[in-house]
Amino acid sequence: MHYFTEHKWIQFAALFAVFFVLVMAIDPATGGNFWRLQETSFWLLPDVVNDGLKFLIDDWWVVETYDAELDLTEESTMMKEFTRGLSGVLLFSINLIRELLLGGVKTVVAFTSWDFISEHEWARIPALPWPAVAAGTFLLGHYLGGRNLAILAGTSTIYIAVFGQWTPAMQTLSFVLVTVPLSVFLGLTLGVIAFKNKTFESILAPLLNVAQSMPHFSYLIPVVVFFGIGDHAGAVSTIIFATPPMIRLTILGLKKVSPEVLEAGMMSGCNPRQLMFRVLIPTARHDILIGVNQVIMQCLAMAVIASFIGAKGLGYDLLVSLNMLKIGQALELGVSIVLIAVVLDKLSLAWANKQVDYFANLPFHLRNKYSLTFLGILIFTSVIAYVASMFFPDKANYLYFIHESQGLTTEKFWDFIVDWIITNTYHSVQSFNFFMTTSILMPMKEAYLSMPVAATLLLVAGTGYIVGGLRSALVVTAFIAFIALTPWWDRALITAYMTTFAVIISVIIGCSVGILCSRSPRATKVILLVCDTLQTFPSFVYLIPVIMLFGVSDLSVLIAVIVYATIPATRYTVEGLSKVPQTLQDAGSMSGVNRTQRLLKIELPLAFPHIMLGINQTVIFSLFMVIIGAFIGTDDLGQLIMLSLSEANGMGQGIVLGLCVAFIGLAVDHLIHTWAEQRKKVLGVA
Amino acid sequence: MKFLNKLATAAAVSSLVLGATLAQADSKEPIVIPTHNWTSQITMAYVIGGIFESIGDNVSYVPADSQAVYESIRNGDVTISHEIWQSTFGKSFNNALDAGGIIDVGTHASATQEEWWYPAYVGELCPGLPSWEALNDCADLFATAGSGGKGRYLDGPMDWHGQETLDRIEALGMNFTAKFAGSSGALWAELESAAKDNRAVVVFNWSPNFTDAGTGGSFVEFPAYSDGCKKADGGDGKCGSPPAGWLKKAAYYQMPKKWPTAYKIFNNISFTKSDIGNMAALVDIDGMSHEEAAVKWLKDNEVTWKAWL
Repeated sequence: MHYFTEHKWIQFAALFAVFFVLVMAIDPATGGNFWRLQETSFWLLPDVVNDGLKFLIDDWWVVETYDAELDLTEESTMMKEFTRGLSGVLLFSINLIRELLLGGVKTVVAFTSWDFISEHEWARIPALPWPAVAAGTFLLGHYLGGRNLAILAGTSTIYIAVFGQWTPAMQTLSFVLVTVPLSVFLGLTLGVIAFKNKTFESILAPLLNVAQSMPHFSYLIPVVVFFGIGDHAGAVSTIIFATPPMIRLTILGLKKVSPEVLEAGMMSGCNPRQLMFRVLIPTARHDILIGVNQVIMQCLAMAVIASFIGAKGLGYDLLVSLNMLKIGQALELGVSIVLIAVVLDKLSLAWANKQVDYFANLPFHLRNKYSLTFLGILIFTSVIAYVASMFFPDKANYLYFIHESQGLTTEKFWDFIVDWIITNTYHSVQSFNFFMTTSILMPMKEAYLSMPVAATLLLVAGTGYIVGGLRSALVVTAFIAFIALTPWWDRALITAYMTTFAVIISVIIGCSVGILCSRSPRATKVILLVCDTLQTFPSFVYLIPVIMLFGVSDLSVLIAVIVYATIPATRYTVEGLSKVPQTLQDAGSMSGVNRTQRLLKIELPLAFPHIMLGINQTVIFSLFMVIIGAFIGTDDLGQLIMLSLSEANGMGQGIVLGLCVAFIGLAVDHLIHTWAEQRKKVLGVA
Repeated sequence: MKFLNKLATAAAVSSLVLGATLAQADSKEPIVIPTHNWTSQITMAYVIGGIFESIGDNVSYVPADSQAVYESIRNGDVTISHEIWQSTFGKSFNNALDAGGIIDVGTHASATQEEWWYPAYVGELCPGLPSWEALNDCADLFATAGSGGKGRYLDGPMDWHGQETLDRIEALGMNFTAKFAGSSGALWAELESAAKDNRAVVVFNWSPNFTDAGTGGSFVEFPAYSDGCKKADGGDGKCGSPPAGWLKKAAYYQMPKKWPTAYKIFNNISFTKSDIGNMAALVDIDGMSHEEAAVKWLKDNEVTWKAWL
C-alpha cells in the first residue's frame, strides 16, 4: 500500500486499468447515461446565450435616435449606441493612418460630410509617395537602432513596394498600428490593476484563460452583431485575441520585481504613481517587452481571420488568391505579413531600449536631424513624383505608386516549385497516405469514439487527483463534464483524437530538433528565427498544397497542424536547455560527465519543467489549428463552429462550441501547469 | 412586432419608390458593397459599384464572410448583397429574412445550377456518365483512403446544404460517402490535383463558374427535381437539385429611402449567365485584377447597363 501511494506511475496504471474495464463494460446500446449523456435542458444553452446577447443588443435600455438625413426617428439601444460609438473611434484611427499612407477622403468626411466631399474634389488627403515611406522607415530604423535596423526596415519596405503589394500592405499596417498600441495599452493597464488588486486578478484569470484558448472564429458573429462589419470589427476581434498574453506577462513581470528595488523607490520618496511608472514598470520591462512581441505576432496572425469580418489588406488578398489556387501569390503576401511583423517587433524593441540622453544640449538642427531629413526627403520625392506625372501623364508613375500588376513577382517560380513537388511526389506519398489513414488514423478515431462518458470522466478526475489532488480533480472534471452535457461529445472526441495525434508527433519532432539545435549557439539563434517566422507566417498558405498532396482528409489537417504546433515545442526546448545554470554544468563537468551524460542527467531534467510548458503550448496551438482545419474539411467541433455562421442561433452556438474547445485546452493546461510547478519546487528552479 | 413594423415600412417605402417618380436625391453616404472570396462575386461588386458611381453616388467595399454577411445587412453595416446562391446561402438568407431588416430585391436573369460535378476526363474513365446510376456503378473508381471502400463525393462545406446531400445518398441507396470540404478553395485544390493524376473525382460545383470555361466538365444527372421532393420539404429525397436555381439580390431595408435612385437601379440589375462568366474570365483567364476587370466589363457592355439606369 505504501508503495502504491509513493509511486504515481502505479496509480496511473491502476487508473488506466479501471478505465479500460469501464470502456469494455459500458455497452453503447444499453449504456444510457453512462455511454452518452442524454438530452437535458442544458442543450438549450446555445439558445439561451443567443437570446441573451440578442436581448442585450436589441431590446435592453431602448433609446430613440434621430437620423437627420432620412428625417426618421429610430429605435436603438444603449448597448448598440455604445458599441457603435467605440467602432467609430476605432475606424477613425485606422482610416486616419491608412489615408496618411494611401490617401483618401474618409478622415475629411469625419469632420465635414459626404455631401461636402462630393462637391469639393480637392478635399482629400493625398497618398505619400512610396519612396518617402521607405526613406521614413529607414530613418526611423537608424534613429532607434542604428545601421542594421535601418537596412532591415528600409529593404522590407522596398520589397513590399517593388513586389506590387503596397496597397494591401499599407492597409494591414494601418490596421496593426492601431491594434498593437491599443492591445499593449489595455494589457498594461489591466495587468497593473490586477497586480494591485487581488480580487480583480482572480476575476481576470479565468477570463484570460478562456479568451486565449477559445478559437477565434467562434466569436466572429457576436463581434459582427455588436460592432458591425469592417476594419473596426476585425480590430475588435484582434484585440480580444492579442491582449491576454500582454496582461499575463505584465503581471508576471511586476511580480518578479524584487522587494529591494521597491524599497529603494520608496526611500527615494516616490509617490504611488511614480513608483509604478518610474520603478516597477521599467524594472519589469524584460517581460513586458516579451508581451509586446507577443501582441505584434498575434495581431498579424489574426490578419487572415479578421478579413472574414471586414479587415482589408494582406489577409484578405491572401484568402482570395488561395481560393484561386494562386499559391505563389499567397506566399508572397505571406512573406509581407512576416516582414511587417519582424520590422515592427525590432523597431518597438529598439524604441523601448533606447536611452534618453539627458546631458546632450544640441542645437535645433542636430536635435531634429531625423525629422528634418525626413521632411527634406518627403518634399524631394513628392516633387519628383509630381514632375514625373506632369511629363509622362499616361505612363505609370513608378516613383509614386507601384500597382499590383506593375510590381515584380516570383509567383511563377513558386507555382512551378509547388507544381513540381505535387507532380513528382504524388505517387510516392499515396502509399504513405493510405497506410496512415487506414492503419493509424481511422483505428485511432474509432478508439476515441468508443470512449463512454462515464469512463472518460473517471479517467479525467483520476488524473487530476493524482497530479494535483482534490482541487485539480474537481477543476478538470468540471471542464470535461461541461462538454459531456452538450450534444457534442462525439465531436469533441474527434477534436481530442486529432489534437492528441498532432501533439505526440509535434512533441517528438520539436523536442528532438530543439535538443539538437541547443548544442550550438549559432543553431539556437537560427532555429529561434525560424520559429518566429513560422509563427507569423499565415498557416492558410500551406493548407492548399497539403490538400493537393493528401486530399481533403484528416491526414491533411494533421500535417498542417503539426507544421504549426511543432513551433512551441521546439522553442521551449531550446530556451529551457539554454537556461540551465552554468554553475551546474560546470559542477557536472568537474564530476567527469561526458556530453551525453550531461544532457541526459543534468540538462534535460532541469529543463524539463520548461519543456513541459512548451508541450502545454503545443496542445493549445494544436487545438487552435485543428479548428482552423475546418477550412480543409473536418468533422469535429471546428466544422460545427463554421456551421454556426449560418445558423439562426449562430451567436450562442458559436460561443458554446468555442467554450467546449477552450475547456479541452484548459483542462490539459491545468494539469500540466500544476505538475510543472511541483517539479520546479522539487528541482529548486522555481 | 418590431420586425413586422420594419417589414411594413420596407414594403411601403419600396412600393412608394418604385411607383412614384423620384423626388428625393440619393444620400452621399457610401453604399457599402461586400466582397467575398470568389472571382465573379468580387468583380460583380466592382461592376455594381461602378454603376452606382456613374450616377454620382459614393461606394465603399468591405470584405465579408459569405455566410455572416446577411446579419450585417440586417444591421445596416452592409447595404446590398448581389450574389445569393439558392442552395449555398439560401439558409442564411432566409434566416435573415425571418429576423427582419433585409429585403429581397429579386433575381438575376442567370439561372444557376448547383450539383454533383465531374471534370471532362472522368467521363472517359466511367462510361455511362452523366447518369447517377452509372456513377454509382463506378463507385470504386472514386474510392479514397478514408472512404472505407465506397466512392467519395467531395461536397462543399457542411453549412451549405450538408444534410440534403446525406439524405440524397441514403434515399437513392448510393454506394457513396460524402466528405465535406471546408472551403471552396479546398474543392479546387482537390480538382487540380486529380487532373494532374487523371484520377476520378466527383465534387460539388456550380454554374456559372470558372470551371465552365476550359475543358469543362458535366453535372451528374439525378432523378428530376420537383417541388417538395426533398426530405426537408417532406418528399422522399430521391431527386437532384433544381435545374434552374435562383441567384438573388438583397438590400438593407432602408436602402430604398436613403438611396432611391441606386435602389431602383439595383432592382433593375440582372446579369445573365454569360455576363457572369465573362466577368470571371477577365480575371481568371486574362489575369486582370478585379477592379480592372470591372472597368473593362463596364466599358464593353455599356448598352447592357445603361438600360438599367
